[in-house]
Amino acid sequence: MALKIVKGSIDRMFDKNLQDLVRGIRNHKEDEAKYISTCIDEIKQELKQDNIAVKANAVCKLTYLQMLGYDVSWAAFNIVEVMSSSKFTYKRIGYLAASQCFHESTDVIMLTTNQIRKDLSSPNQYDTGVALTGLSCFVTPDLARDLANDIMTLMSHTKPYIRKKAVLIMYKVFLKYPESLRPAFPRLKEKLEDPDPGVQSAAVNVICELARRNPKNYLSLAPLFFKLMTSSTNNWVLIKIIKLFGALTPLEPRLGKKLIEPLTNLIHSTSAMSLLYECVNTVIAVLISLSSGMPNHSASIQLCVQKLRILIEDSDQNLKYLGLLAMSKILKTHPKSVQSHKDLILQCLDDKDESIRLRALDLLYGMVSKKNLMEIVKKLMLHVDKAEGTTYRDELLTKIIDICSQSNYQYITNFEWYISILVELTRLEGTRHGHLIASQMLDVAIRVKAIRAFAVAQMATLLDNAHLLTGNTQRNGICEVLYAAAWICGEFSEHLEDPTVTLEAMLRPKGAADKNVAQETSQLLIDRLPLFVQSANLEVQERASCILQLVKYIQKLQLKDVEVAEEVTALFAGELNPVAPKAQKKVPVPEGLDLDAWINEPPSESESEDEGRTRRGKAVFAKEDSKHTKPRYTEVDEKELAKRREVRKAEQASNPFYIKASASSQKVYQDGVGVEHIPVVQIDLSVPLKVPGMPMSDQYVKLEEERRQKDKADKKKEKKKKRREKGEKGRRRRGDSGPESEEDITPAHMVDIITEEMPENALPSDDDDKDPNDPHKALDIDLDKPLADSEKKLPVRTHRPAEVLKSPVDDAEGVEVVPEPKKKSVKDKKEKKDKERKSKEEKKKKKKKQKHEDAEDLMGAGSEVPIQSEDTNDVAAPPPASTSNEASDLDFWLSNAPVPSNPQEEAVAAPSVSTPEAASVMAPDSEPDEAKDTEPEETKTTKHKKKKQKKEKEEKKKKKKHHHHHHHSDVAGDESVQNGTVEEEEPLPPMSNYALLAENSYIKMMKQDADEVCDIQGNLQDGSQVVVSIIFENKCDSFIKAMEFNVLDSLNSKLQRPEGAGPHDGLTVPFQLPPGVSNEARFVFSVQSIVMPQKLKGTLTFIVKTDDSSTHEKLDFKLHFTCTSYLITTPCYSDAFAKLLESGDLKGSSLKLEKVNQPFHHLLARICFHHHFSVVERIDSCASMYSRSIQGHHVCLLVKTADQTVCIDAKCDEPGLLGNVLDEIKMTFSQC
Amino acid sequence: MIKAILIFNNHGKPRLSKFYEHYSEDTEQQIIRETFHLVSKRDENVCNFLEGGMLIGGSENKLIYRHYATLYFVFCVDSSESELGILDLIQVFVETLDKCFENVCELDLIFHVDKVHNILAEMVMGGMVLETNMNEIITQVDAQNKMEKSEAGIAGAPARAVSAVKNMNLPEMPRNINIGDISIKVPNLPSFK
Repeated sequence: MALKIVKGSIDRMFDKNLQDLVRGIRNHKEDEAKYISTCIDEIKQELKQDNIAVKANAVCKLTYLQMLGYDVSWAAFNIVEVMSSSKFTYKRIGYLAASQCFHESTDVIMLTTNQIRKDLSSPNQYDTGVALTGLSCFVTPDLARDLANDIMTLMSHTKPYIRKKAVLIMYKVFLKYPESLRPAFPRLKEKLEDPDPGVQSAAVNVICELARRNPKNYLSLAPLFFKLMTSSTNNWVLIKIIKLFGALTPLEPRLGKKLIEPLTNLIHSTSAMSLLYECVNTVIAVLISLSSGMPNHSASIQLCVQKLRILIEDSDQNLKYLGLLAMSKILKTHPKSVQSHKDLILQCLDDKDESIRLRALDLLYGMVSKKNLMEIVKKLMLHVDKAEGTTYRDELLTKIIDICSQSNYQYITNFEWYISILVELTRLEGTRHGHLIASQMLDVAIRVKAIRAFAVAQMATLLDNAHLLTGNTQRNGICEVLYAAAWICGEFSEHLEDPTVTLEAMLRPKGAADKNVAQETSQLLIDRLPLFVQSANLEVQERASCILQLVKYIQKLQLKDVEVAEEVTALFAGELNPVAPKAQKKVPVPEGLDLDAWINEPPSESESEDEGRTRRGKAVFAKEDSKHTKPRYTEVDEKELAKRREVRKAEQASNPFYIKASASSQKVYQDGVGVEHIPVVQIDLSVPLKVPGMPMSDQYVKLEEERRQKDKADKKKEKKKKRREKGEKGRRRRGDSGPESEEDITPAHMVDIITEEMPENALPSDDDDKDPNDPHKALDIDLDKPLADSEKKLPVRTHRPAEVLKSPVDDAEGVEVVPEPKKKSVKDKKEKKDKERKSKEEKKKKKKKQKHEDAEDLMGAGSEVPIQSEDTNDVAAPPPASTSNEASDLDFWLSNAPVPSNPQEEAVAAPSVSTPEAASVMAPDSEPDEAKDTEPEETKTTKHKKKKQKKEKEEKKKKKKHHHHHHHSDVAGDESVQNGTVEEEEPLPPMSNYALLAENSYIKMMKQDADEVCDIQGNLQDGSQVVVSIIFENKCDSFIKAMEFNVLDSLNSKLQRPEGAGPHDGLTVPFQLPPGVSNEARFVFSVQSIVMPQKLKGTLTFIVKTDDSSTHEKLDFKLHFTCTSYLITTPCYSDAFAKLLESGDLKGSSLKLEKVNQPFHHLLARICFHHHFSVVERIDSCASMYSRSIQGHHVCLLVKTADQTVCIDAKCDEPGLLGNVLDEIKMTFSQC
Repeated sequence: MIKAILIFNNHGKPRLSKFYEHYSEDTEQQIIRETFHLVSKRDENVCNFLEGGMLIGGSENKLIYRHYATLYFVFCVDSSESELGILDLIQVFVETLDKCFENVCELDLIFHVDKVHNILAEMVMGGMVLETNMNEIITQVDAQNKMEKSEAGIAGAPARAVSAVKNMNLPEMPRNINIGDISIKVPNLPSFK
């Protein structure tokens, strides 16, 4: 037996390993395929053995073969076997193979779930790492669903190596299992502030990736990212964040304003080109979003353009390329600043690098004006001649057409010139854009009436020289131009100088040129058309048979010498107007019409009849487009066209659903008629109209110049009056106004550009471009909505991340917006659309406003609000105070000062800690209504995300139901809380940091104070700042206004007042309170020392307004800053925690609490909640906890419990602070 | 997001392919071929970006590549990645390879594609940049290699010996190597960080 093993391992030595395989393949250059197939046979043998090492070796080789393009999916099961090996070496091979060849339809993937789960929880970090890496490549919806919880747990792993991988893979999980996004998001957000830079960067990466697709949901994170941007030094992170801001600014212009300064600083200071470039990019995005034109932005634009010019002039081609790329973004909104660099860009057209030339072309597109169009196109035509590769030449061709045709031919002053350009372009060999040229010719000829005569002449010459073009008959080749030429000649035959010649040209090889051309033609048609009647294409078939019948009929009449000509022409009456591309989509389906329903039962017998009917059904909504016919077909002559038209007309007449030409288009038509009678500017006879197929566009350039000069001279004589008139005329006709200087250039032709037709009852909807298959659509999830119970699959950590600031949102938002944010936005859109029809100004305003509101909604909904404020929200039944918007989170942040300098806020801080009972007081706002609230409703409106908080709230509700207390004064009722919740597995007592601050019985005004939230900005340097939120509730029946909040500053704590205000001035509360309404305001205090608790005396003055009178009232209160309130919940990992304790810098102290009969987790939760600690580790009845003060003191607790006795050993580097915190903890528990 | 990472030599032979979206083997080969075709015909001194992204995903994708001696390193990325950032990432990747293989050359990549994959896995995960710090990457790679060695233990020794012998003895080996035996010179580019 032992011998066998030894022998096996010796055999193995001579198995082919990967290196041998590679070597073998290299040695069999001639018969590689054969060699590999024998290798695959060997591999199959190896896979059959039991030895896992052999299998792993085989799988390793397969991975290599997969790279060479061999299908190895047959070995999927063996790969799974190797993955589940206990040895890391083999496991890694297995996962690598899986990541290379597994995908969603690999069926063995479902076998891997448990294995992966096992690996994820492996004590070896590299097992976990390898599993995560593999999973990131082949995660399926099933795997994502089953493993989401495990991965989420890993996000808080002690090892940063695992954390960063877990964070990154969450993105893949979200994509496959969108439901996981909301539960996981809070934790993901936490990771933005992870102590490890790698983890932080990963979190930024994931959120940026998410936000790029659905930016509006992430707007509320802007303050956090802003902080990261100003503090991070990692260029990768900075780039990602700056890119993210680029996506966010269009949604919130105020954000842009805030960004400009730090970005400009970065631009000036950074040495990394990549960072500089992204900054410039984002500044551009900001400027675009602010395009309303603030005066001082021209400096920023100049800065950007300057920097970009430096990039473009750089010898590094990469920088040049990127510079051009960014330049094209500026171009959209600030064309003037780019146009001054035209020389530079034209220079880039000569670059040897194709990418750069293409970018320069893009830029040219936006730089043309009436003045320089001809010049630029001339230059491009030169390039067309020089261009060597067809790809680049085709690109040039499309660009020329794009440039000329942009915004409805806005910049073309001379259409003869344009037609000549098009004709010149037809001489390009091997282009794939024949169709494009053809459609341009058609478009111009149809829409520019004045040019028709010229166009027809040109087309006739083209047809005459058709042999030059037919060399290339491939699809989309240049021969398609002939189709356009023939169509134009046919449609506008009245302009033909010599119809016979043209006709001959069309029907070449020639038929006899008889006198009776018409009859000849008819005969010819009758001969040829049957071919088309048998065409496989239904449309061709149908039209051909129609026309055939008509022609036959006409021929019969002609033979009888009946005069049919007039009737035939009658068929041609009416204009064929261009139809807008979306026109069909915009036609609403008439009520009661089901397009999918069979009109008849689908009978197999009478197919032809049926066909006819379905066709008719189609025609109901689509105007037949003659462009679909084959070229040859249209060559026939007017008669066919006439006939087609006739058929169509008849159809239309008998068709009740046909959309008659809209009023607007009729008007256009009439105008057109008018224009036709105006003697159009004389065509200069020097234009060589008849040089066969050789119009010289260049001559137009000269002519144009001459003409302009002449015009100028004329104008000088004619003086202003006339010019103004002309300018207006031009503007009216073109429906747009170019830059002022351009209006001086009068078009050579009075051109009537017919706009595209739209059906009368078109639906005003533009949002049909979204790809329904986009996986990111599923991730468009409102992250700011509080988690519903069902969503909280995971115990979320109990600490609150130290958010910058949160704020309440008024009721209306809470109730309306949150439950159905999508619907609302749709409505908004619609409204917006409707409004657009109104005057421009109005539109602008409206838009802005709505945007604003939207943003606010989002923010309001999004911010993580302290619980208490939610309650306020729920409570307020009366109409929302409009001002409350201002309090919302982002707004608060966006108001330029980083700290709320707005005098509005009232600071009333109550010792949240010391009065747990008072805490539950929050109930007051909830009032009777709340008691009746159904739970689901409630959950919808709440804003918090933490499970604990949530639970607490429910409990509160329950409690309320029991007691039916409406007033906060029932505080005492709290004790019942704990009892009420026993049923739940991990019930937590209700907790709130809000406490009654002061109450005025007379006016019945109620204030509550919030727990202090630290403003992190600037906390370490210039003293520390503490933010106090206060809820004001109007309890009387009168209106309360002009509230003013004032505090007597102490040496240590000062209320922050706006600049210029004296030390004794009060702050105005930024809102008024209608009866029954409550609202929250925030006040910022600066604190010197945080070692001692503080008490501040304050006064609130306000005016109570009743119908007939108003009285001044005041209310005194005391603000209590506990030491706890200086602590910030900060996550800490056990290793860091251990190090901290080892360091020996901390001084100890301890505390014993007796007769605490609460479950241990309640106890921890209380400490976490009231005292801002986070749990580092918990083992049975022992837990370590950590917190940090705003001035950076570490506070560590070790909490042990046994028999109703709780021992707390505490360590802190500031003994005074520690003593006070312990006292406060003691107080908390003595009160419950 | 990074959509794909390809390494191929001057003749278009794939040396490593990592797709972060699934394609059939045939499509993958076609993508490699076309990418090679696009990249190889470009001069040395033109920009390193290509908008030939039609191969993978859509037009918003870009090819960002660097050419080192005999090898092309091509990253296909979408618009959320910084172009210059990715160029630096490629540089970090190559420098890391250089450290891990000690003067990396094409042969290292030919015979140890699995190791290259392992190194890459420490840098990019599921299409997202995981780590850009070279020292951190090398630390993790080394730690894993050490684990592998300890697992092989004594049993691994003979196998290693045999493979060493195989490598030494084959006379044709040096002959074949000529094609790719130019070591990749890692130029000192201004570092990103």
